[in-house]
Amino acid sequence: MTTATNETIKVGDTDLAVVRGGAGKPLLIFHDELGYPGWMTWNERLAQERTLLIPLQPGFGKTVRIDWILNYRDLAGFYSQAVREHKIEPVDVIGFSSGAFVAAEMVAADPKIFNRMILVAPMGLKPAEGEILDFFALTIGRHLRSTVADPVRTPEFSKIYGGEMTPAQFEAFEDARAETARIGWEPFMHNPSLPHLLAGPKPPTLLIRGTQDKIVPQGCVDAYMKAIAGSKAASIQGAGHRPEIENPAEFERLVKQFLAA
Amino acid sequence: MKIGYFTERPYRGLAENEILRNRAYFAVSNKFFDPEQAANDYHYYLDEYCYAEELGFDVVALNEHHGNPFCMGSVMNVEAAILAHRTKKVKIVLIGNPLPVIKHPLRMAEELAEIDLISRGRLITGWVRGAGSEQFFNNANPAYNREMFNEAHDFIVQAWTRPGPWRYEGKHFHYRHVNPWALPYQKPHPPMWIPGVISAETVKWCAEHRYPYIGLGTQLGPTCDLWDYYANEAAKLGYEAGPENFGYLVPTVLAETEDKAQEIANNFVYGGGQNAFAAPEFTMPPGYNSKSAIRMLAKQTTGSWLGVSGDKLKQSASGDEEGAVDYDEVRRKLRAGLQKVQNNYQVIVGTPKTVLPKIKTILQVLRPGVFIMFSVQGPVSDEDRKRSMRLFAEDVMPALHEYGKEIGLPDAFARTPGSVPLNDGVARSAVVDRGPLKELGLR
Repeated sequence: MTTATNETIKVGDTDLAVVRGGAGKPLLIFHDELGYPGWMTWNERLAQERTLLIPLQPGFGKTVRIDWILNYRDLAGFYSQAVREHKIEPVDVIGFSSGAFVAAEMVAADPKIFNRMILVAPMGLKPAEGEILDFFALTIGRHLRSTVADPVRTPEFSKIYGGEMTPAQFEAFEDARAETARIGWEPFMHNPSLPHLLAGPKPPTLLIRGTQDKIVPQGCVDAYMKAIAGSKAASIQGAGHRPEIENPAEFERLVKQFLAA
Repeated sequence: MKIGYFTERPYRGLAENEILRNRAYFAVSNKFFDPEQAANDYHYYLDEYCYAEELGFDVVALNEHHGNPFCMGSVMNVEAAILAHRTKKVKIVLIGNPLPVIKHPLRMAEELAEIDLISRGRLITGWVRGAGSEQFFNNANPAYNREMFNEAHDFIVQAWTRPGPWRYEGKHFHYRHVNPWALPYQKPHPPMWIPGVISAETVKWCAEHRYPYIGLGTQLGPTCDLWDYYANEAAKLGYEAGPENFGYLVPTVLAETEDKAQEIANNFVYGGGQNAFAAPEFTMPPGYNSKSAIRMLAKQTTGSWLGVSGDKLKQSASGDEEGAVDYDEVRRKLRAGLQKVQNNYQVIVGTPKTVLPKIKTILQVLRPGVFIMFSVQGPVSDEDRKRSMRLFAEDVMPALHEYGKEIGLPDAFARTPGSVPLNDGVARSAVVDRGPLKELGLR
């Protein structure tokens, strides 16, 4: 079993909390809009071959809010600064949901920052068809339940969110949702200029989406396919917005295959 | 002490089951909107405010909500402008303009100056942050609600008092040319009263600005806590808070018999009443409430304003709002809840004889400089509404004025809020009297 450690690194003069675990080449991971849920099966499996680096987004509790970050492009700039200062570029990256938005903004500004890029249930582009679900207009309980196709058949979902929500958990989710609202309220979880800046040579890109995702429509994947020449898409049948915990085996297979190519 | 009149101006043509089916007023489809009904309602409510002036109320109060049949005041300043012209003596209180959701403080400064001019200086302007649902309706980022409120307020005060033209580059607002020609009639600007539910941050802000805080039907015990908090903050700033710093507004309905009053009062919970203002998902958008406010709200376990309550907070965490609805059962529970808030003195119902001592108790406990009667909600007839107002004005209001004098409740016109200095080391005077709460079994 891998021991993940919590550490704090400097980015400029700002502290950034990072979860680190595993061995091998670094693999950068950007969590989603609800925050880092803890070390899961998929983390453990990927950590056998790679050192996972999971920055904890400013404003989500462990890393303090950075007031000058006003939108996802600013956040991407901050993370790009972290990657450059710690000399890990070009690095492989996986971004989940809003974390995929961050990765896309980073690669739009600097195509050489990533070696290979995996965007899972990606936000960031206005969907070609459909809408990104307005999860701000859901209670926290319903928002959480909307992230998986079937909570009952997703053991790791119960592990994270089972039982009654404690006041501390409620506040942690409030922190995450508040910071996501602060930088993603309008335009809602996308940037109209991003597709234009994604044109031109980009690192190999894999887009993964669960076929039962209630939050990010297939139209987002289609928009990325159009914006990033040569990008590939893979679907995980029956999974929702969190295929990494809904079908960890298939998720692991897709990720390892892509990163090894 | 001043006595005021307030109504939410409910849309009176909406079937109750449509509200119950939606579990809230906010987001009921506007396919149910009937322009003829709305036109009649708008005309009636404007006439009703003029009637309040005739009856001798000192102030009339307006408010604003968006996309909600609970309150027809979607652009309150329009109504205020009409009343500024139609009325002659009464003060027009706005509680209040939702600055962060309007997002245009220069326009707001111009509109309010115009109203103050038309009324020849009878405007009392107030500000609110806007209910949670209004952040959605106006697409106003809830995480910046407090910042935008503060910046818009500061900008408006400047726009009214600093000779232009000048340029403004703030965080949320930017103007190239600030030089409004129409400036307020009152100098340096109209008084400001700030309404609130239970937010300690708002109370602190009021104390810092020496603005009266108007409690909106909140439970007496927690309201006493807030008054004390205000007075303590005031003491730190070197002044003594008194009745002139406080106002209280409470749902009130009267009739000639107790039974008739109770029958009309059931409309306070029509469609769920205030607790059904908006569903949980629209009540607390992310970032709208500070952590301390959320903890404070969690203590509010019974009915409260705009659907913000401890119950809603729990629903928000659990997502338990789903499930089948038995409308008759819902109505039964709502009416039982109405009795509970009557026992709490959060809703006052009865004949002049039974209403008077209850309001006197409120005055004794909270010692507000202004008391505002909040008229009944729901599809109540013009006749029942006006009778309630008349009974209050003729048979209750004179005695309340006398009682206010007797226990010494100066209002914000008799004594400028924040004008009584408090020297270092001197204990402040009490601003509330919790004595009656114990006798009534309330905290």
